[in-house]
Order: sequence, then structure tokens, then C-alpha cells
Amino acid sequence: MKLADIVCFDAIVAQLNSNKRDDVISELVKSLVDHQKMKGVDAKSLAKAVIKRENEASTGIGKGVAVPHVKHESVTEPVAVVGCSQQGIDFVSLDKQPVYSVFLLLSPAANPDKHLQAMETIFKNLQKDDFRRFLRQAQTAEAIMEAIKDADEDDS
Amino acid sequence: MSKSTHEIEVEIRNPEGLHMRPAMQFVDLANSFQSEISVCHQDVRADAKSIMQMTMLAATCGTRLKITAVGPDADRAIQGLRGLVENKFVDDPQAAVGEKEGTV
Repeated sequence: MKLADIVCFDAIVAQLNSNKRDDVISELVKSLVDHQKMKGVDAKSLAKAVIKRENEASTGIGKGVAVPHVKHESVTEPVAVVGCSQQGIDFVSLDKQPVYSVFLLLSPAANPDKHLQAMETIFKNLQKDDFRRFLRQAQTAEAIMEAIKDADEDDS
Repeated sequence: MSKSTHEIEVEIRNPEGLHMRPAMQFVDLANSFQSEISVCHQDVRADAKSIMQMTMLAATCGTRLKITAVGPDADRAIQGLRGLVENKFVDDPQAAVGEKEGTV
């Protein structure tokens, strides 16, 4: 699986409006629902589900990145969106540092294996110092898209 | 204390697989030991003390993982981690509840 298979490029938010965790999650979910044309999906309840999951254990895994996610009945295929913040977001991260790049992932409730594969793809790439650096420097959706495509090519 | 190597193979049995929360429990426990601990799934090898690397294993239900510990407390580390996996990460109660609500 490649990042390009799961990331919805149209939904990328290069400069997040808020630096508050819950607002960032809502903004990203809304962008994803709008662009992915997820019919009959209520962005608000979906965002609430992501926040609930986030409250159980932070997905801010350190190094300036967070991967909020949820498995939800209204989702048929894993789909992700990337959001970046220049000022940094408080994600209650493991290393207590602010988060600059957010990968938000929505996965189908009925297919835990696919969720794990999508997470593997995201984490495999977030481990690369270069990829994290490019994401952090990116100021436009195009730059983020390029970083993702380059990262995918590294693997092939 | 002498350095020793201990190794074991375990099978992931919780239906949701080794997703992020159980992976975090695993990493937390691994970090409580001095030994160097690694986990292998086929040709992918992860540092058991790094959540980023552990999530990379994509260990679904039924996956067999090889855990290797090297160090003064390698034996205890292997026993502890095996216990965690065999108890399905304390049954991962959040996943069981969340599955019904669709909020895992």
C-alpha cells in the first residue's frame, strides 16, 4: 500500500486554522468528508468519534507528528488527510512537544486488517526524517502532495 | 549480571490485531526492561521500544511475531511480553466496546 492510495490529495489542509487539537480534528474531518464526497456521513459525529478515541490515548507519537484515527461504520475504505501547522498544535504528545504535521485516518469498522495496513503505510513513511522535514517545511497543498509522492517513490 | 539472549515466537490473537493502543502497551512494557528488544514479522524488524517502529509491523490477528531480547533481564522481558500478548493485551476492553459503537 502506498500513501497515495489512502491520502485524499484534494482534502489536504496546508495551513490549519486552529492550533487546538479538537478544532484541528474537526477541520480535517470536514475537509475529508467534503472532498471525498462521503455521502450521508455526518462530519460532526465522525470528528467526535476521532476526538473520543484521541482522549483514550494520544496518537501524538513524538517528532512533531500525530496520527488521529478511528474505525467507523460509515467508512468503506481507509482514507486519510494531511494537515500542517506552522505554529504547532498541542496534541498531548508522548514527547510533550507540539505537533506540526497531522495524518488523520478514517478506517472501516468491519475491516481491522485494512486499518493496520494503512497505519503501517503511514508510520513507515513518518519514520523517514526527510519526509517529516519536507512536510514541516511545506506551506502549500502542492508541496505536501510532492512530499507524499516522493516518499512513495522511495519505497518502490 | 551477565548478558543473555532470549527469543520466543508469539501469535497475535486479539481480533483487531496489534493496533496502536496495544502496541503502546507493548512498548511501555518493553521500555521497563534494560535489555535490547526487537520484534520481527517476516522480514520486518522493529525496535520493541519504539511505537513508530512497532506500528510498522502491521500485525493482524493470527500474525506470528518473533521477540528477541538481549541483556541482563532478557528472560524477564520475554516472559513479561509473552504474558501481555497471550492475555490479548488485557483483552483490549476498549476495542471490544468501541467496535460496537464504531469508535475504536
